[in-house]
Amino acid sequence: MIRLVVSRFLQAIPTLWVIATLTFLMTRYAPGGPFDSEKAIPEEIKIKLQSHFGLDQPLLNQYMLYLKNLLQGDLGPSFKYPEWEVSELIATAFPVSLTLGVLSLVFAIIIGIPAGMIAALRKNTWVDYLPMSLSMAGICLPTFVLGPLLIYVFSSHLGIFPPLGWDGPSNWVLPSLTLGLFYAAYIARLTRAGMLETLAQDYIRTACAKGASSWRILFKHASWGGLLPVITFLGPAFAGLISGSFVIESIFFIPGLGKFFVTAAFNRDYTMVLGTVLFYATLIIFLNLLVDILQAWIDPKARPQ
Amino acid sequence: MHLLKQILRSLNRTRFFSIGTLLLLFLGCSRPSNVETALEEKLLHFGLGAEPQHLDPHLATSVAAHNILSALLEGLVTEDPKDLKPRPGTAKSWDISKDGKTYVFNLRENAQWSNGDRVTAHDFVYSFRRMLNPNLGAQYASMLYPLKNALAYHQGEKSWQEANVGVKALDDHSLEITLENPIPYFLELLNHFSWFPVHRPTIEKFNAYEKIGTAWTKPNNFVGNGPFRLTKHHINSVIEVHKNEHYWDAKTVQLQGICFYPIEAAYTEERAYRSGFLHLTQSVSADRVDFLKEKYPDELHFEPYLGTYFYRFNLKNPPFDDRRVRQAFCLSIDRKKLVDKVLKGGQSPATTFTPPGTGGFHPTAGFRYDPDTAKGLLNSYLKEKGMDKLPPIELTYNTSEGHKKVAEALHGMWKETLGVEIHLLNMEWKVFLSTVANGEFSLARAGWIGDYIDPHTFLQMWRTGEGLNMTGWGNKNYDQALQKAETSNSVDERWKNFQTCEDLLAAEAPILPLYFYVHLTLRHPTVKGWYPTLLDHHPYKYVYLEKEEAE
Repeated sequence: MIRLVVSRFLQAIPTLWVIATLTFLMTRYAPGGPFDSEKAIPEEIKIKLQSHFGLDQPLLNQYMLYLKNLLQGDLGPSFKYPEWEVSELIATAFPVSLTLGVLSLVFAIIIGIPAGMIAALRKNTWVDYLPMSLSMAGICLPTFVLGPLLIYVFSSHLGIFPPLGWDGPSNWVLPSLTLGLFYAAYIARLTRAGMLETLAQDYIRTACAKGASSWRILFKHASWGGLLPVITFLGPAFAGLISGSFVIESIFFIPGLGKFFVTAAFNRDYTMVLGTVLFYATLIIFLNLLVDILQAWIDPKARPQ
Repeated sequence: MHLLKQILRSLNRTRFFSIGTLLLLFLGCSRPSNVETALEEKLLHFGLGAEPQHLDPHLATSVAAHNILSALLEGLVTEDPKDLKPRPGTAKSWDISKDGKTYVFNLRENAQWSNGDRVTAHDFVYSFRRMLNPNLGAQYASMLYPLKNALAYHQGEKSWQEANVGVKALDDHSLEITLENPIPYFLELLNHFSWFPVHRPTIEKFNAYEKIGTAWTKPNNFVGNGPFRLTKHHINSVIEVHKNEHYWDAKTVQLQGICFYPIEAAYTEERAYRSGFLHLTQSVSADRVDFLKEKYPDELHFEPYLGTYFYRFNLKNPPFDDRRVRQAFCLSIDRKKLVDKVLKGGQSPATTFTPPGTGGFHPTAGFRYDPDTAKGLLNSYLKEKGMDKLPPIELTYNTSEGHKKVAEALHGMWKETLGVEIHLLNMEWKVFLSTVANGEFSLARAGWIGDYIDPHTFLQMWRTGEGLNMTGWGNKNYDQALQKAETSNSVDERWKNFQTCEDLLAAEAPILPLYFYVHLTLRHPTVKGWYPTLLDHHPYKYVYLEKEEAE
């Protein structure tokens, strides 16, 4: 296990370096720059601004300086909001995205796994068709449709939850549900497939023959094997949940990281793009490692030899 | 089925549902909305649109920044809430010399910064000097060019002393400003944030005199002289300001505070308004107008806005290097149809570049709809060039549903009248900006919002070689007329020369004006002291909240 962690950690370093380099080059070669605006800026002011942010240096120097600062943990000030450090902005926005992500995942799991299990147990009956059709609808329905729909029902009509904002728990429900339902649908389908495969195994038949109760078969024998695909999916899903929340943030006016991630690219906010990309990359690497550990724990076959 | 029954049985249904209900009640216990609590708290909840890039008045560039800065700072004069005419601000009075070039402002002795320091004439000298300091790199520094010798100092040709820039503190409370030319709208100009003062000790404490991106603009650090002080700034979430008790006219200020929410998506903003989260929205999506007109007839406002939506021709390449083709394109557009059938948001057709009535200037219409003449002009061009028809033309615009709608409508009109094939090319904003600035377009969308209420803010754009011109058009007569208008002190003379400019624009057609903007907004009936103004400025000290009277 320690070997797994160490080797993953060593692999992560070159991966992050490649990501940083590619992102750096891509931002610099994208047309337009951070100081382009509808009002033409006089050339001499543009030069001043560029020198202020070190953009007048040769690209290689900029790159070396960037890497040097990065190694010291300094992501620099945002180009778009220079009064704020990129790390400061990430530090304020990430907890919001994390809360949203965790809650969505909780929704996704508590809805998805039971639905998938029930569907698998009663294959080809209405108990299977109903949640599976709903989950297909959930996968197909984009969040910008589902979000306003939930707002319409729970906020405008029933008045239970506020339609936007991030002040307290009551604000958290609708966005988490919107984001979570999409993943719940995936999880339900994965659970169903995984469970069906496991339930067809010989050892389950043996357990049935021995007279084990359905409960026991389900939770003691089948669940671990049946949930393996779901667990593999959880790592990327969780990363997706906390990074892919731009639309949700925009619909529900949530001050999360997704907005910085997306608008930084539009604004050519070089430091912010690099900062958020590296942050998410690190997070995804970490989450994947976590999933591998979890899998190794559950499934002996997945343990490194 | 056996298993399912077992599971269901094992769940004590009553307990499950009662917990569920409790949880729902706990999470969703409905609180009174912002608008409901606002009457008591005297807090205005304001839809800001975008997050402002800077809160430093010398670096700010956006409308959002104006909305915040006009609460935090005050210039020499303020604005009348109804017509934006200058009213005494930090200066209680002023004297203007006969030639209109020298102003002496008498500052209030009781004008204070939010930390209790006195506001003096030296603060203004320091601020103007900072704004013009070439090392700061202020994008709006040219707003201060009307000051005598400001250009020489800003371009780094001379030092501050050598340049002798036209601003001087005669004593602590008298400020003398000398202008390059008499400018009839100079006092109005002073309400632009680039003319606002900054607190010298604060700037020095954060070493921000020539540095971008210091922490002086954060809450607790920001020292201003306006009716409100900055109390909270959570980026992309909220900016809060509260009443500044040190403000000289604090007794007029009725609001206890304003919360600005940078909600960019128009649909989200509308939902925020309808749920009582906001008193006012920054915008309204055009396709929601019909619905809102019906549901909120008294809360949806169409307000005039000093801006023109237009297209630029690129005169550097054929076919738009020929005046006839440009005119043919201009004459084929039925602007009334565009406004009534496509936009439907209360905009008015633009037959001039300057919106009529700007500062009292009413230009005669120059851009007409005349498809027959258009056809004739194009045919004469085609005949001369020995062509059957024009090659397809690329129309570049930045990606947006609204721009696309206009581009498609125009495509139809050109195709119908001139038989021209248009390729619509949409681009992401920054790519679009650099494409247009580099002259890599044939026909490109544009918009211009006036910075002050005078035709000059519009017509100066088309001076030969002006940074914003970008069409490649230049005309000596235009430049001369513009200069005459700039240096003249007589209203008639100025209007006459501005009219010459407008006539030349219509005759030469380097641009194609389409419509004048309107500001579409939702505003709650409890907001009082708020009037439609051309620049969408609303001096907050006159704004108050009052319960609606039951009819």
